[in-house]
Amino acid sequence: MSEPTAGPLKRTPLYDLHRELGARIVPFAGYEMPVQYPTGILVEHAQTRNSCGLFDVSHMGQVRLTSKAGHNAAKALETIVPGDIVGLQPGQQRYTQFTNEEGGILDDLMVTSTGDHLNLVVNAACKDADLAHIQANLSSSCEIEPMFSRGLLALQGPQAVTVLSRFAPQVATMAFMTGAFVMIEGARCYVTRSGYTGCDGFEISTPADATDPIARKLLSHPEVKPIGLGARDSLRLEAGLCLYGHDIDTTTTPVEAVLLWSIGKDRRAGGARAGGYPGAAAVQKHAADGAPRKRVGLLPEGKAIAREGAEIAIGGKIVGKVTSGGFGPTLGRAVAMGYVEKAHSANGTKVDLVVRGKPVPAEIVPMPFVKHTYYRG
Amino acid sequence: MAETRYSQDHEWIRVEGDVGTVGITQYAQEQLGDVVFVEVPQAGRTVAKGEACAVVESVKAASDIYAPASGEVIEGNAGLADAPGDVNAEPTGKGWFFKLKLSDKAELGGLMDENAYDEFVKSLG
Repeated sequence: MSEPTAGPLKRTPLYDLHRELGARIVPFAGYEMPVQYPTGILVEHAQTRNSCGLFDVSHMGQVRLTSKAGHNAAKALETIVPGDIVGLQPGQQRYTQFTNEEGGILDDLMVTSTGDHLNLVVNAACKDADLAHIQANLSSSCEIEPMFSRGLLALQGPQAVTVLSRFAPQVATMAFMTGAFVMIEGARCYVTRSGYTGCDGFEISTPADATDPIARKLLSHPEVKPIGLGARDSLRLEAGLCLYGHDIDTTTTPVEAVLLWSIGKDRRAGGARAGGYPGAAAVQKHAADGAPRKRVGLLPEGKAIAREGAEIAIGGKIVGKVTSGGFGPTLGRAVAMGYVEKAHSANGTKVDLVVRGKPVPAEIVPMPFVKHTYYRG
Repeated sequence: MAETRYSQDHEWIRVEGDVGTVGITQYAQEQLGDVVFVEVPQAGRTVAKGEACAVVESVKAASDIYAPASGEVIEGNAGLADAPGDVNAEPTGKGWFFKLKLSDKAELGGLMDENAYDEFVKSLG
């Protein structure tokens, strides 16, 4: 889970709490982050799937965009992302990507319209580059406010709604991918019904100094346990969700990554606001002709675990590579995702994953591996 | 009487006669976290001291296990296939990895005894 970083490591507002809870702290995206607590990743994973887990994701970057006079922030943002942002109603949230001139993905992000602003949540490892990219492209049309000191808590799992409703009853009726301002323990927070686990749950953007008291209060409820980055990764893998820098990067287009669903029809070829973002031509070509390769789910037979970098072969010929792989605790077996040549990407295709030089038979399967349980109202 | 020696890679080897049983230490299993897969060498394989000959996988990562001494594998712990968590629960008991018929017991002299290993772990902080 650790990644090389330059300079001193930063801490989130929950660093002291992580220490008190006995977390194992590792460097991640420039931060000292909890990879697991004393109970371990398997217990934390099951806790989230069966009850409720609290994740510190304050390392992620929050950026607020506001239209300058005579400009429209949503229209401006559409010049650097392929998602339908203009069509975002107040209180709606959407997943999209920053693309480069080749249609590759610079980062993936969530965008929520509050009515007055657009709130962006970007990956920790990319946030400085993302901010520079936004400033370079949107400064004339938008006020750009990095809110990197705010806290971000993810409360995930089937009991998340029960717990958060005790603090703010109105969250109970929020649908998946919507957001609202909510008072929690006297602090004005922005809550979205979303997450990165495949479970129902919320992400709670908190004022920096309210983050620790709110986290402690949430943890005082018997359904809630703290969850580290280790289980965050195994949960998102089972949910078939991409990890930036691994399953998607500057060399993968949204079409190859099977994220075309995130490009609204108004932004596709023939749509009212087709293209207009970096690399649109390349993305549209992939959408029209099919991409040369495709992200797929992989289910290895037996117990061997194929991890990132393992080659995918058919009859000894390399047809792709695993980009994420590990043990899926909910299934009690190994799962993986990776890219394969389009000709070999159909569900049911038998492949070999090369693990320590040996072929491990596997099958291409649909994702998610564990059914999403989002609340759609 | 059995004698246990330790490697800097956090393997233990318990020697009885000319047979050594190999596993990983309590410290190693704590560092790894939840073990979800173990691959042990097959009986009959000849391994050299320091050779990677088993794999232990936690949720997070795969790690090689090195032979702390040279010899011929006489048994791999088949029980770990269905119960990899034994490595966490009983790293020096049920969670053993493989047994070796030692080819050169003099190699054991290069390994640490329990006190030296405890000091070594403390030095890692």
